[in-house]
Amino acid sequence: MTLLRVEGLSKRFGGVVAARDVSFDLGPGEMLAIIGPNGAGKSTTFNMVGGQLRPDSGRVVLEGAEITGRPPRAVCRLGVGRTFQVAQTFLSMSVAQNVQMALIARAGRTRDLFAQADALYRDGALALLDRVGMRSEADRPIGELAYGDVKRVELAVALAASPRLLLMDEPTAGMAPRERAGLMQLTASIARERSIGVLFTEHDMDAVFAHADRILVLVRGEIIAAGTPEEVRADEQVKRVYLGTTGHRAALRARKATHG
Amino acid sequence: MGEKAISRRGALVGGGVAAAALVGLRPARAQGAPVRIGELNSYSRMAAFSVPYRNAMQLAADTINRAGGVMGGRPLEFIFRDDGATPGDAVRVAEDLLTRENVAFIAGTFLSNVGLAVADFANQRKRLFFATEPLSDAITMAQGNRYTWRLRPNTYMQTRMLTEAARGQTARRWGIVAPNYEYGQSAAANFKRLITQSIPGAQIVVEQYPALGRVDAGATVGALSQARPDAIFNVLFGPDLTAFVREGNTRGLFERRLVLSLLSGEPEYMIPLGDECPEGWIVTGYPWEQVDAPAHRAYVEAYRARFNETPRMGSLLGYVTVEVLANLLNKANSLDSEALVEALRDLRSDTVTGPVTMRGLDHQGTMGTWVGETVLRGRTGAMRNVRYVDGAEVMFPEAEVRAARPNA
Amino acid sequence: MDPGFLLVQSLSGLASASSLFVIASGLTLVFGVTRIVNFAHGSFYMLGAYIAVTVVPWLLELDRSPWLFFAGVLLSALAVGLLGVAMELLLLRRIYKVPELFQLLATFGVVLMVQDAVLWIWGPVDITGPRAPGLRHGVEILDQRFPAYELFLIFVGPAVLGLLWLLMHRTRFGILIRAATRDREMVGALGVNQALLFTATLFLGAFLAGLGGALQIPRVSASAQMDLSIITEVFVVTVIGGMGSVTGAFLAALLIGQLQAFGVLIFPKITLVLVFVLMAAVLVVKPWGLLGRPEPAAGRAALPEGILHPRRFGVVEGTIAMLAVATAFVLPLFADAYTLKVATEVLVLALAAFSLNFLVGNGGIVSFGHAAYFGLGAYAAGLLVTRLGVPMEPALVAAPLAGAFFAALFGFFVVRLSGIYLAMLTLAFAQIAYAVCFQWVEVTGGDNGVVGVWPSPWAASRQVYFYVVAVCAVAGIAAMRHVIYAPFGATLRAARDSEVRADAIGVDVRTHRWLGFTLAGAAAGLAGGLYAFSKGSMDPTLLGIPTSVDFLAMILLGGIQTVMGPVIGAAAFHSIKDVFMPLTDYWRFFLGASIIALVLIFPRGLGGAYGKLRGSRPVQHA
Repeated sequence: MTLLRVEGLSKRFGGVVAARDVSFDLGPGEMLAIIGPNGAGKSTTFNMVGGQLRPDSGRVVLEGAEITGRPPRAVCRLGVGRTFQVAQTFLSMSVAQNVQMALIARAGRTRDLFAQADALYRDGALALLDRVGMRSEADRPIGELAYGDVKRVELAVALAASPRLLLMDEPTAGMAPRERAGLMQLTASIARERSIGVLFTEHDMDAVFAHADRILVLVRGEIIAAGTPEEVRADEQVKRVYLGTTGHRAALRARKATHG
Repeated sequence: MGEKAISRRGALVGGGVAAAALVGLRPARAQGAPVRIGELNSYSRMAAFSVPYRNAMQLAADTINRAGGVMGGRPLEFIFRDDGATPGDAVRVAEDLLTRENVAFIAGTFLSNVGLAVADFANQRKRLFFATEPLSDAITMAQGNRYTWRLRPNTYMQTRMLTEAARGQTARRWGIVAPNYEYGQSAAANFKRLITQSIPGAQIVVEQYPALGRVDAGATVGALSQARPDAIFNVLFGPDLTAFVREGNTRGLFERRLVLSLLSGEPEYMIPLGDECPEGWIVTGYPWEQVDAPAHRAYVEAYRARFNETPRMGSLLGYVTVEVLANLLNKANSLDSEALVEALRDLRSDTVTGPVTMRGLDHQGTMGTWVGETVLRGRTGAMRNVRYVDGAEVMFPEAEVRAARPNA
Repeated sequence: MDPGFLLVQSLSGLASASSLFVIASGLTLVFGVTRIVNFAHGSFYMLGAYIAVTVVPWLLELDRSPWLFFAGVLLSALAVGLLGVAMELLLLRRIYKVPELFQLLATFGVVLMVQDAVLWIWGPVDITGPRAPGLRHGVEILDQRFPAYELFLIFVGPAVLGLLWLLMHRTRFGILIRAATRDREMVGALGVNQALLFTATLFLGAFLAGLGGALQIPRVSASAQMDLSIITEVFVVTVIGGMGSVTGAFLAALLIGQLQAFGVLIFPKITLVLVFVLMAAVLVVKPWGLLGRPEPAAGRAALPEGILHPRRFGVVEGTIAMLAVATAFVLPLFADAYTLKVATEVLVLALAAFSLNFLVGNGGIVSFGHAAYFGLGAYAAGLLVTRLGVPMEPALVAAPLAGAFFAALFGFFVVRLSGIYLAMLTLAFAQIAYAVCFQWVEVTGGDNGVVGVWPSPWAASRQVYFYVVAVCAVAGIAAMRHVIYAPFGATLRAARDSEVRADAIGVDVRTHRWLGFTLAGAAAGLAGGLYAFSKGSMDPTLLGIPTSVDFLAMILLGGIQTVMGPVIGAAAFHSIKDVFMPLTDYWRFFLGASIIALVLIFPRGLGGAYGKLRGSRPVQHA
């Protein structure tokens, strides 16, 4: 069964094609990585799925419901959690308050004028923090945390929406190598236990090949290869791309191969 | 030093009085205790007018006190306060003067909106307010009240002096330029009403209302001259007037055109014009050097000797204010507000400008002003063919007052 | 209309535009590099004019040559430039690290001080400067006479634009300015001597303002009110052009010059509001002005300026708050009438300031026009009482409703913007509301306002009315304080911290900000209604820029990081004013100096200083 279906997404910025005819599927509990060189269109694709960007054409379907071009807040309410390349948190709040805020939003109580925000959903927040291993830091200001820990909190914030799909843009960017593996392991285990589909982009190939169930290789806005880590590792075009042949030529060949 | 001590004691006494007033008691006053009058004005924002005004008041008060004071030997004392040039601040300051400084009544204010707010406050508190400078007709007409009296000739009176002076002129097509606020608008409205009485068939062909303090002089002069009026009625003053006159001089707006201009002959506005002062405008103003009455000359001499500057319109007004107030206190011989108000009714005082009556009908003083033609003498402007117009000649007609003040 | 007239009218517009641009270019450069909205720019303009009317006649005594005239103008501009350097070294340099709003407040302190310094040095009488020798005459253009000096001015604007272009593209200093305008942090990272760059920029900015002022002396007289009248207009030019864009300022100045030249023909009475309508329209369509760039996205993780951790009252704070409320309620028993009056005003202002900080501190929505809702509340209550004879009680209900209504109306557009442009749009709407109150004489009484707004008989005594105000203000503040701790308040803080994150967890940021704006408008409206009944009158100054600035000063003095700071700030600000006003004619100087001193000594405000004293453990879960 399919959780997320992306069909023929395209996006141009001025004359530059950032994404062309990108299509893929993602199932529950599956970890799907999008990789590719800088400027390959990973973030563009990502933002089109997450609602930050409206695609020029194509469709994004979440569990049968079309979400193309809907704003992030709507996408979130339909069950999509999101983390960002540079962690986005509420800096003036404590770790727990960050998660509580997400739970308040999830419950649709952001316009509540009467309750005490600090007292709402604290247990739920602590449970989520416990799951990402940040329970002990719950009452520290989030600004004091090491960056790797911030990323974990951001994961807990994303999980607060009880998402069926997690979008993680460069989840390990800016982290120390040891922290990276830990975060990816954590993400993978949560995804499996809760049947959450995870779409992520990543620069760190170790993380990708160790944790992704499937990999999409994006070059110059187009998918040049897709498959299990083993298949992608063996793909000649992918090898060429990463061995230094320009992505453009590889993409041209790929198009000839697929269309020709 | 001494002033400060007095003021602090005043604050203490004021507190006690206020407390006493709360329980309905009137404090007993010792013979020879000063009569305190609260004077609030825009000393900071409108310093060009109000500082000479305050100086002259001091001078007049000192003169009176040397001659034995008021009410049989009590010295006259003014407590001067800045009104912040906003109604909100002014009402607070008025409260301060009445309650903490223990003044008998309040006087002053410059801006019309401040004057109106203080007038209404005085009415609410049932205390006398002697408005000296604000020109707004509303203070004595539509929004007049029992406790508010005004000395200076108001917008209507000053405008009427000019339109009367234009009697016999042939100019039919008129342009109006006035600052876009109450004073300007009401001067323009008065003018439209009055000019046809002097010049039958006169019509207004163009009106310009630049924002106060930001006239776009070039555009305004262009718009006026485009309508080709025979004559212009000007209400601009201060920096707006300077910019307007310069632009108009260069562009020839005033050539072969009659110009009536409110207040432009007052030294406050004449001095900054310098050698740009246009010739032949008919203006209201204060040609102090041409007023020959001995009392006036004595005051001018004393003023120049003490402050080392020539008198301004503000100086005259300040001096006359104190003369009228001293007369009032002597006549009423009481500091009770009701007694003061009753004594003011048709009170006639001899002042350096001649006799001034506070007309009981509309609480407007008959102090007049001078009308004349502008002329350039050396590098400064002056007035010639000057005539003092007694305010009594140009007051609002009684029927109009009765319509505006049904209780009058 | 004949073509000659249209041409000359348009030339008049060009001459005004040219002058406006010279001044605005300095402001936009300073903003681009330092991100400081320099209120004192108008003061530099005024100083330029005053110095020129002093220096130029002295030079012309030597020889009446045009060269000496322009030498005098340049000399004056240089002198003002040096004053700009002095301001940077003595003041701005010490406060680059403090929140941007505090810098703005400090520059406003400078405005107040310069106003009184000018009065003190040059006296209160306007000074008319000499005309330029050789350019006194008029030039005949298609049968219309046009001043030669204004023809000259028309060329000054493009010349300054050209010189600035050369400076920005051909010199290292200029390239650094452009780089800093685009990304301030990058310049810091490049190892550029930032202090020197800022000093030089302030010199250039003040020089241009001084030049603009000095060039005006053949047209207008130097007067002590010219600073504030120019600064709003210059703000409008820089905002329409796009903050930081010199070319944008040029285009905007041209636009405004022509708008005014032809506007006076069609709408002779509403020139006051025309430019603000234009600014509002431009900002609604182009949120960053004509040629401005969006503020660089918040990629950096910096703590926002505002309420960080709304701390609950501890034992000490609780006691203080109880004591304060208790004191307020027994005050009428022993205070004299005047103290009571001042206390009434402090309570009203505290409510207004608190509502502003609900936006600024809690929501990150910096409003420069909060007085609009205060004033509109006052007008709603006052007009109901005086025009329709409604009693005080329903009028006081109408005041917050009016504040909320207009806040909702204006806020709908305001929340679409962010940062300085948002602030400027609030200013534009406030000015439009001001102009309507000012010019719709039949209904609002024009600038005279409306008098006779006194409380119902049962509340007419100072004591009873004080209780009315105290109950309303304390209840209003307590309610809003509660909202700050409630999910809605937390959501506004969240959106302020990270709009992207708030959006991603499902928050409709715009709608929440709009609701927050409306709520704050309601509270300000209530404060305005209470104020009108305490004064017995209302008039357009309640909606004016100075009132908005007063509110900002109150919350900044109190500390925008703290929940209760605005209350302290309102009391402190009002007391300072009340102490200095009776003492001296130069009270504005001391008010300005006090503001600057407070910014320097308590860069986090009085409330922030208290928090530090108490040792802020920010997050304590009870």
